[in-house]
Amino acid sequence: MPISLPDLENAIRTAIPVAHLEIEDQSNGCGENYAIVVVSDAFEGKTTLARHRFINEVLKNEIAEMHAFSQKTFTPKQYEAHLQKST
Amino acid sequence: MFRAAFRSSILSTRPSALLTSSPSSFSKSLLIARRNLTQEAKEKILDAVNATPVVLFMKGTPDQPQCGFSRAAIQILDMQGVPPEKLKTFNVLEDPELRSSIKEFSDWPTIPQLYVNGEFVGGCDILLGMHQSGELESLLEKNGVLPPIEGEATKSSS
Repeated sequence: MPISLPDLENAIRTAIPVAHLEIEDQSNGCGENYAIVVVSDAFEGKTTLARHRFINEVLKNEIAEMHAFSQKTFTPKQYEAHLQKST
Repeated sequence: MFRAAFRSSILSTRPSALLTSSPSSFSKSLLIARRNLTQEAKEKILDAVNATPVVLFMKGTPDQPQCGFSRAAIQILDMQGVPPEKLKTFNVLEDPELRSSIKEFSDWPTIPQLYVNGEFVGGCDILLGMHQSGELESLLEKNGVLPPIEGEATKSSS
């Protein structure tokens, strides 16, 4: 069973308040390779490791089904800075 | 009453503790897992991550990585200038038991995984982020893997 994008989105949105969310299916349709960007206030004061562990836990079942999974986690402030740097 | 108490210990599919955004839910998630890992496998990994300053669990070998994420991880360590005698890599594709036990040991679902002086650092995404921000360099210096650069300890020179 391929993992669907709405499933991932729902799981994340139910777990934390999300300011911005990007989910990219990089698998050419087989649903096994996703890259996500999560921007949330809930990450404030958390280390990157703690944030990634949190997302790993929220998407535990989905990640177990995937071949590859990559994530970036930002607070709204960090995301703004990130956007400015990359433009 | 009972149900509430059970909930935190079972946490089968989607732990309800994580459905809130309370700060404590972050640390709670770390307490789960560690179930199927045998004592023997655990000790083997403990010994391994403590035996060498930098330990990378990867798919393939440094010369022939079998996955893009593992390739990226080894390239980053190479760019950082981690001396070969301080780095040990394990090819999880050669050892199916290690492949599953390391995920449980670290409570981390993907390979590669990096340890520095016995401490879990993260996977490819974290490694890449820390490499770009300069945190990886300071972590490696702090742990005596890299000699400190005089004058400009952690700042990048760009």
